[in-house]
Amino acid sequence: MNSRISGQDGRLPVLTKKDYQSDEDVRWCPGCGDYAILAQVQKVFAELQLDPDKTVFVSGIGCSSRFPYYMNTYGLHGIHGRAPAIATGLKIARPDLDVWMVTGDGDGLSIGGNHFIHLLRRNVGLKVLLFNNRIYGLTKGQYSPTSEVGKKSPSTPFGSPDEPFNPLAVAIGAGASFVARTVDTDVGHLQGVLKRAAAHQGTALVEILQNCNVFNDLTFEAITGREHRADRQLLLEPGQPLVFGKNRDRGIRFRNDGAPEIVKIGDGADEVPLSALPVHDEADAAARHAFTMAQFDYPELPVAMGVLRAVERPVFETVLRAQEVTARKGAPKPNGDGQRDLEALWNQGDVWDAD
Amino acid sequence: METQVGESQVSQASDAQNQSARTERPFREVESVVIRFCGDSGDGMQLTGTEFTRATALAGNDLSTMPDFPAEIRAPAGTPAGVSGYQLQFSSREIGTPGDQPDVLVAMNPAALKANLADLLAGGSLIVNTGAFTKPNLTKAGYDANPLEDDTVAAYKVYKIDITRLTKLALASSGLDNKTADRCKNFFALGLAFWMFERPVESELDAIRAKFGKKPILAEANITVFKAGYHYGETAEVFAETGSVRVRKAPLPTGRYRNIMGNAATALGLVTAARLAKLDLVYAGYPITPASSILHELAGLRAHGVTTFQAEDEIAAACAAVGASFGGALGVTGSSGPGIALKGETIGLAVSLELPLVIVNVQRGGPSTGLPTKTEQADLMQALYGRNGECPVPVIAACTPADCFYAAIEAARVAIKYMTPVMLLTDGYLANGSEPWQLPRPGEIAPFPAVFRDDPEDYKVYRRDETTLARAWVRPGTPGLAHRIGGIEKDALTGNVSYDPDNHDWMCRIRAAKVERVQNEVPALKVNGPDEGELLLVGWGSTYGAINAAVAQARAEGRRVSSVHLRWLNPLDGKLGELMRRFTRVLVPEMNLGQLVQILRARFLVDAEPLTKVMGQPFKIAELCRAIEKRTTVRN
Repeated sequence: MNSRISGQDGRLPVLTKKDYQSDEDVRWCPGCGDYAILAQVQKVFAELQLDPDKTVFVSGIGCSSRFPYYMNTYGLHGIHGRAPAIATGLKIARPDLDVWMVTGDGDGLSIGGNHFIHLLRRNVGLKVLLFNNRIYGLTKGQYSPTSEVGKKSPSTPFGSPDEPFNPLAVAIGAGASFVARTVDTDVGHLQGVLKRAAAHQGTALVEILQNCNVFNDLTFEAITGREHRADRQLLLEPGQPLVFGKNRDRGIRFRNDGAPEIVKIGDGADEVPLSALPVHDEADAAARHAFTMAQFDYPELPVAMGVLRAVERPVFETVLRAQEVTARKGAPKPNGDGQRDLEALWNQGDVWDAD
Repeated sequence: METQVGESQVSQASDAQNQSARTERPFREVESVVIRFCGDSGDGMQLTGTEFTRATALAGNDLSTMPDFPAEIRAPAGTPAGVSGYQLQFSSREIGTPGDQPDVLVAMNPAALKANLADLLAGGSLIVNTGAFTKPNLTKAGYDANPLEDDTVAAYKVYKIDITRLTKLALASSGLDNKTADRCKNFFALGLAFWMFERPVESELDAIRAKFGKKPILAEANITVFKAGYHYGETAEVFAETGSVRVRKAPLPTGRYRNIMGNAATALGLVTAARLAKLDLVYAGYPITPASSILHELAGLRAHGVTTFQAEDEIAAACAAVGASFGGALGVTGSSGPGIALKGETIGLAVSLELPLVIVNVQRGGPSTGLPTKTEQADLMQALYGRNGECPVPVIAACTPADCFYAAIEAARVAIKYMTPVMLLTDGYLANGSEPWQLPRPGEIAPFPAVFRDDPEDYKVYRRDETTLARAWVRPGTPGLAHRIGGIEKDALTGNVSYDPDNHDWMCRIRAAKVERVQNEVPALKVNGPDEGELLLVGWGSTYGAINAAVAQARAEGRRVSSVHLRWLNPLDGKLGELMRRFTRVLVPEMNLGQLVQILRARFLVDAEPLTKVMGQPFKIAELCRAIEKRTTVRN
């Protein structure tokens, strides 16, 4: 731990992945996708040399929400669904801190759904890692708000009757300024997205498709399996045409009515030249394509991966601070014991003296 | 005008010769006056009341106010349900309540008369706007016949004034349309009251100009009507014989004063506490009656290091306050009962995290939505026990509007010192009521700077201070002290997750012991009266003024009664049991169905008796006097 405090020979210390590992035993099930995410987060933190003492991980309740215990940073393991509110309060009080939030599809989208949308609406400067495994793990396998219709689970023996929602479409609808999707098992992609999120000002939402090998094994296998993922994922790159497929021979374009369609790339009769494909615009003001692409689903369409949306807009705590600076102009300054302005405050309105 | 029941009646007619030459007109001098303005929700009665209060405060009287209004913003016009009232007692001596019964009632329409007449003291003055006593208004109010023309008001001194018409006449040349002109009529009532009680006109003119600054036409119209009301008093024959009423300055302790409402005092107390602790204040709230005005007060104080956050719901507000405290600020959340119910889990989290947090509960009538604009003390059990698990929090209750200032500071001080959430209980009566507040002298309140640990050497997250049993507070960002805390049970030293049975048992007991240690902060019980006798009244919260007045009255009659008022409801003063046993009987007045009384009986095995009332209204002094009379004998 001391290596973090002062470097030897006056040089800045170099932090390694190990420096971000806490002394707590990691208690996820063997084979859980969370291990991979934890490792990549620690790796990215080391790569970016993020200061563990200036970082806070905040979470709610659920398997993913144990995450803060395993990061050797400041951490707060909160209550079910409320991490966005706790993290918002922290960020309001301490805009100087780098605050990361970890949540799951039950925690973040069901019990905490209200906080989730308001966090995104406000654009608080947080990084949000949403582990989506489409199931409640810690309570043993009930269906979640992202489970498919008909999902059989202990609470839905006849199949779940309700339609899931798409976390990223919800986020874009709520006005999110940064929306991305990645996969627990795709190390390189996960790292790339985490780095982009780390650099974003405002709320950066990263949905991580994560496998629960105990209660919902292989739920994303059709999308994330190594042998077919290139054909079933649309890997988004800013400014690049919407191309996918093992042979990079298929593309997406949008018809005049906005509906997406898959086309073959080429110069043939039924083909579309690469130059005619739309390019990915993360900052599209209307977020029309991002909203549509967020909902691409296999088998009809390849699932969009990467940064779907990244725009700059005012950050909540920055606006608050700016208000404070304005308000302080011309206001009485606190004196030595910090009470002069208080006296002014007490004396507001109609005062009179009794003698 | 007369004073409270049983008090010496100072209602004496003085003649003008004894007074200074500048007043030639007749007047009467009295000790205290209780006046109530009432009218339709849209009639501006709250404004009339607060303006009259302002002038009364500046005149140096002691005072106590009680606004009373419906939950609906514009309840059906002209109906008793839509009546809004503002009661004020002012006096030349110290008083603690807005008065049991008005001795002056200003009724702006039949519905207001219907809803309030029964409260008027027999022989009291009734000023009534006859212009509103039209057939449709009488019907809406539920009167078959005009009560001003039968014996309904026979027991009172009635001043029938067509305020509607006089207002219209005063504004005849103003160019205002009828409807707008009519809305100025509350200023006629205000002007008349100013004349009646000898309030200075000038400051009110300034106040009206300031209030309606953006609409000079309205400001001038209101001033015109206000003056018309004042001059009416001066010239109308009906007042010629009785003259005005004089209440001398109250002998308040030397100092600077300001009239303050409870919620404003709570807000100022929180700001002051944060400054004394050298912390930023983060107040997170969600709109709810009657707590919202704390959020409003604080929202304007950004220049004083206050950040407010209107969260998406009550839970988020509590969580944001916890997050702020984790960050090293003073996190505060406030609400009323229903909102506190939602915050319960978060308060439990703060208990487990052992972080400072102040939760303000401005209690209102319950259960459920209950009576949003009315007062009650029925959230005591919720404050003490309304969470899952063994989840003790210190609970403090303010006892007067101005006391909210000190109670808020005390709540924050204990929260910081003991690293614990503290519940501050006020209620609708304190929140909206007001009284003169003697401003603290600079440096009068001792600072209590928060201490943050910054030494990484051998840091254990849940190691405790031997005296307070509090763990150390660490600001994130402090080098070498990174740590994780959470709502799962923690190891008693490292704070790491622990499911060990002995550890959990230890942690539950140590958290409870920590809260018990707050007893060290509780000043010795202050008994109002001798510390033994026939009857002891044990009160808490806003019943303070009424209990004190009733006890004083009963003692003056020769009854051996005392009272004690609890500031901390948790922990309780251990000596309370001993004190109660020195009295033959113990009576616990509460605006609930008997909550503190249960605690006292359970904790001290004393046969304490409840005196309960849940009418959305505070206790009247007379009600308490009757209860005392039933249980005591007169000795001479």
